[in-house]
Amino acid sequence: MISFDNVAKRYPNGREGLAGVSFAIQPGEFVFLTGRSGAGKSSVLKLIALLERPTRGTVTVNGHNTGKLKASRIPAYRRAIGVVFQDHKLLVDRPVYDNVALPLVVAGTPFKEVDRRVRAALDQVGLLGRERSLPLELSVGEQQRVGIARAVISKPQLLIADEPTGNLDPALAVEVMLVFKRFQEVGVTVIIASHDPHLVETFGEREIVLDGGRIGSDTLHAAAAARMTAQAPRLADLPNIRLE
Amino acid sequence: MSGAVSSYGTRHLQALFGSLGRLARAPLATLLTLMVIGVALALPAGLALVVANLRAATGDLGSAVDFTVHFKIGTPIERVQQIATGARARSEIQSVTVTTADQALEEFKTTSGFGDALAALKDNPLPHHLTVRPTRAASGPAEVESLRRYFTAFPEVEIVQLDLDWVRRLHSLLEVIRRTLWVVIAVLGLGVLAVIGNTIRLEIQQRRPEIEVTKLVGGSNAFVRRPFLYTGLFYGLGGALLAALIVFGGMTYLDQAVRELSAQYGGSFRMAGLGPRGLGILAGVGAALGWFGALISTGRHLRQIEPRA
Repeated sequence: MISFDNVAKRYPNGREGLAGVSFAIQPGEFVFLTGRSGAGKSSVLKLIALLERPTRGTVTVNGHNTGKLKASRIPAYRRAIGVVFQDHKLLVDRPVYDNVALPLVVAGTPFKEVDRRVRAALDQVGLLGRERSLPLELSVGEQQRVGIARAVISKPQLLIADEPTGNLDPALAVEVMLVFKRFQEVGVTVIIASHDPHLVETFGEREIVLDGGRIGSDTLHAAAAARMTAQAPRLADLPNIRLE
Repeated sequence: MSGAVSSYGTRHLQALFGSLGRLARAPLATLLTLMVIGVALALPAGLALVVANLRAATGDLGSAVDFTVHFKIGTPIERVQQIATGARARSEIQSVTVTTADQALEEFKTTSGFGDALAALKDNPLPHHLTVRPTRAASGPAEVESLRRYFTAFPEVEIVQLDLDWVRRLHSLLEVIRRTLWVVIAVLGLGVLAVIGNTIRLEIQQRRPEIEVTKLVGGSNAFVRRPFLYTGLFYGLGGALLAALIVFGGMTYLDQAVRELSAQYGGSFRMAGLGPRGLGILAGVGAALGWFGALISTGRHLRQIEPRA
């Protein structure tokens, strides 16, 4: 589903975000991208969400070589990916309902369907009944859940999140992570950039550690290993993975 | 399929009413922009209307290029009628009026004041003649000269009487007015485009975060552009309506003075307003300029806004 082949990213200011990164992520995986600040976690997510294009190498997502994707096809590409940000990126002057419905509205989904799916998404993140609230009337944790509801409403097969628990207390962080976990359990591929080792330990999933724009390690923790054992043929597709 | 079409239409309506709502929420800014557009549209519209009224007042200046074809004394009236019929069939001639020698004499008696003296004459000294009016398209000096040569070629014709210098001067004057009107339309049209384009640019900058998020979740440029196009359309339409009001006010103010002037010459001329056709053209031009100005502005500025993580 996702492959990075010797990918480098250098920004206009000269900073090197990634320096030759290769890995592959299979459908349905739950992957943590970890590493210190500036290690390249956000660069990986930006390249997947096509907010940036690689300077060198090939990024392939859902069969698309993102470096060669035409500008006119980027909207459709982005509609197939759910993105959650640390700062939520909600429209503060619009109610929760409008924020969550936005991906469906831009896709031209009929109103009845929009209404049904907004309620279902809000129900999944525990915010049903808060449709008319403005984002600033919600707690930070609730705002993050609105962001998650917006990211999943289009039923994407890929969900990426950049430090989604960065502003949350530990209990709330686990609560938000459980929401992601529920989506992974129904087949959605989830990639989360986090610098919180506690979360990675708690959830025991695959962890790609980035260090200075390169891959430091790629570890399959217990929970993921158990699941992957049941899907043995896929392991052959995952290079350089150390099983714990 | 019909659901998708209906949904597409509903999205357009949503963008349309959203744009109207945004304009209504900033009434002062909207009014100021509309006033600038209204004045810019009112100037060429008013000038065009004044020119149209002048044309109407002077009989469209059509008679200015009329000329007279005098026949030799003794030419049979049947031959004159035959030549007139042939001339009427030409596409560059609007009308040909035949005046017989007798009619010319009667007219001369009435208008000259020498009625009694003329009655003493044994023979009518006046010839038959034709009054020829070229079409508007054939009123240029070259075309009129060509018509003069056509009539002169008949052996029965004594003289073709026309003032070609006057035709040339009139033609030049009309050309100056026409070009002035186009320059005013072009300059002020560009002004309207610039005003609307700049207003849309400011709105795009103001709504940058919203545009970024919309693009982030897969909103296409067309989707993001739509409400701005409607805003441009409303600015253009609103400006045109305001321009119509300004022109109406101006014409009403002028009409009183024009009527008084006309009455002093024994006439009853009244200034004509825009009318439904003029109003339609003004609204159409305003809407098109608004839409086009917004299209240029969004095309240029939306491309520069890309979502940031």
